Amino acid sequence: MSSKYDNVPLSPERRRLLQGLAALPLFGVSKLGFGASLPTAQVNTTGLAITDTEVTVGQLHSATGTMAISETGSIQAEQLAIDQINALGGILGRKIKVIKEDGASDWPTFAEKSRKLLVNDKVATVFGCWTSASRKAVLPIFEKENGLLYYPTFYEGLEQSKNVIYTGQEATQQIIWGLDWAQKEKGAKKFFLVGSDYIWPRTSMKIARKHIENFQKGRVVGEEYYPLGNTNFNSLINKIKVAKPDCIFAAVVGGSNVAFYKQLKAAGITGAKQFLLTLSVTEDEMLGIGGENFAGFYSSMKYFQSLDNENNKVFVESFKKAYGPKAVIGDVTQAAYLGPWLWKAAVEKAGSFDVDKVVAASPGIELKTAPEGYVKVHDNHHLYSKARIAQGQADGTFTVVAESSDLIVPDPFPKGYQ
Amino acid sequence: MSFDEIYNITLMQGFAGLSLFAVLLLMGLGLAIIFGQMGVINMAHGEFMTIGAYTIFLFSSLTESLAPGLVQAYFPFAIVCAFLVAFGIGWLTEWALIRHLYKRPLDTLLATWGLSLGMQQVFRSTFGPKEVSPTLPDWLMGSWSPAEGLDIPINGMFVLALTVVVTGSVLIALYRSRWGLRVRATVSNRAMANATGINTRRTDRLTFAIGCGIAGVAGAAFTTIGSTGPTSGSLYIVDAFLVVTFGGAASLWGTVVSAFGIAQTQSISEFFLSGSMAKVLTLLLIVTILMMRPQGLFAAKVRR
Repeated sequence: MSSKYDNVPLSPERRRLLQGLAALPLFGVSKLGFGASLPTAQVNTTGLAITDTEVTVGQLHSATGTMAISETGSIQAEQLAIDQINALGGILGRKIKVIKEDGASDWPTFAEKSRKLLVNDKVATVFGCWTSASRKAVLPIFEKENGLLYYPTFYEGLEQSKNVIYTGQEATQQIIWGLDWAQKEKGAKKFFLVGSDYIWPRTSMKIARKHIENFQKGRVVGEEYYPLGNTNFNSLINKIKVAKPDCIFAAVVGGSNVAFYKQLKAAGITGAKQFLLTLSVTEDEMLGIGGENFAGFYSSMKYFQSLDNENNKVFVESFKKAYGPKAVIGDVTQAAYLGPWLWKAAVEKAGSFDVDKVVAASPGIELKTAPEGYVKVHDNHHLYSKARIAQGQADGTFTVVAESSDLIVPDPFPKGYQ
Repeated sequence: MSFDEIYNITLMQGFAGLSLFAVLLLMGLGLAIIFGQMGVINMAHGEFMTIGAYTIFLFSSLTESLAPGLVQAYFPFAIVCAFLVAFGIGWLTEWALIRHLYKRPLDTLLATWGLSLGMQQVFRSTFGPKEVSPTLPDWLMGSWSPAEGLDIPINGMFVLALTVVVTGSVLIALYRSRWGLRVRATVSNRAMANATGINTRRTDRLTFAIGCGIAGVAGAAFTTIGSTGPTSGSLYIVDAFLVVTFGGAASLWGTVVSAFGIAQTQSISEFFLSGSMAKVLTLLLIVTILMMRPQGLFAAKVRR
């Protein structure tokens, strides 16, 4: 409803008065220290994109291209964590605003987008990357611009940066405990190592070989790498049949992964006849492989969706509520979920969004609400976490069969394994 | 190692070579028809295979939810549908895109590459970025084990049989049917074929669609041995081009022989070398032979 006064211009006095009134609540908050909100000038001394009500963060994953298969879960988990943090009132009284960038499975694009996020958008932190190649592409930019990256994937180790917090397992956490379990529980002495031909499988298998030969006094009866995207494994399977290993230790990834397990089953190598332990099959990969092709084989990860604890029940429930009842949660998805929570804890401990202060506050940060149980940030920016082995079931789920009793200390530069 | 074991491994390795041959031939066949007969470089070939794979997935989920009793039987029917779907989309593609570019072969390369990217994103938006696994009938899974220690993959035999059927039909169609006659006439001399009353545009469209349909069948068959995801097609495209180029673009027999040669080289060298080295060796051999015979193994007798 309009009145005839609507078009009457405001007198200058009246306008100033109104502006003053509008600004009052802001003054009130900052002067009286309402809630946990500290003045922006105090929590942000380096010119990040932070206002009195909002803090901007970046998310950098592949939503398109080959890697979208894997990275979608991470995107969803990070968004879920951010939504939950916002529902709890945000961080230091500020809601998190996300700028999503698509790395499009292309490493130079990752580098370019990370520069955009850090230089143009001035984000307080970035959750992102998945492959080691994309992380290596953005690392120099994060170090130069002094950004902060939460990286979710289990990876080959041999890296430690002031500007990165690694929330997945590094290689020794995933491999050594698993191999010891294989030796102790399954009596495995002869191992056949299989991987895709790039840095992560090769580094992992190098660690595995050293551990098997030098520490377990076992034998490696074959070590094979196949080009990424290879879909024909029949010759390899025959070689495995000739070598008759106690354990096939596998790190095959991507579309090859599906072909590998389908052809193993077709060649009569099933979980009932052969012990196989892999580093690269989570619930996500299981969707493509099909439970019937992986049934009976084992996977070494720190997290499985079927993990039985209270934190995980809540997490799985809220994830399915957000993304549908058919959504599955793999190891990396859970690790990605930890990112925003670890950042929140570090920011609150530091009382500041400044990257240097958050980084300094990070070591020692604990997360008792982590779906995987309990994690703690080590001085080397990796997480202490438990190692677990689970067996694949025909319906595509995993049953956890073993769990390390203690948290495993992250050791990205393992001595004696180089 | 006992004599029996060596015998078994030799048999299984022989079959591995054969089944790789079937896979290579099946993925190269559609491309060979389109490339060889029309001179169109179809970079979206892999995506037409993915269409076939997703058709199987659709069928398997529909069968599971609507008629669980038919899970054992849907597969052959779904393969026919995979052909029809890919055929239809191929027909549309030729009408909308390819026919405008016949005089510009390099532009078809770019256009079909763009098409492949677009199709990948359509798959991703429709079916989701994650890989899916169609529920395959039990009779396709596992191995046939005639003796202790001897396992012949059933899916391998299935792909082999399918390849024989498809290749046979294509050869018969090309050399014994009206369509084949028109295609061959168009390939040898387009202007003269036109003059004798052959509708070369129609022939081209049918040829392209059939090539795409065969890609669909290949994709459908590969759900038994490989992955089904938005980018699965890109896993096959390089090998498919390799087979066709090596065989000699305009010759179907060339494609058959080249698939056999590549498959045997690869699978034997894989057995004795590492996987990546085997690939290097195979590619080196192909490059060397192509340097000596740039037209490929078999050159078509076409008057230029």
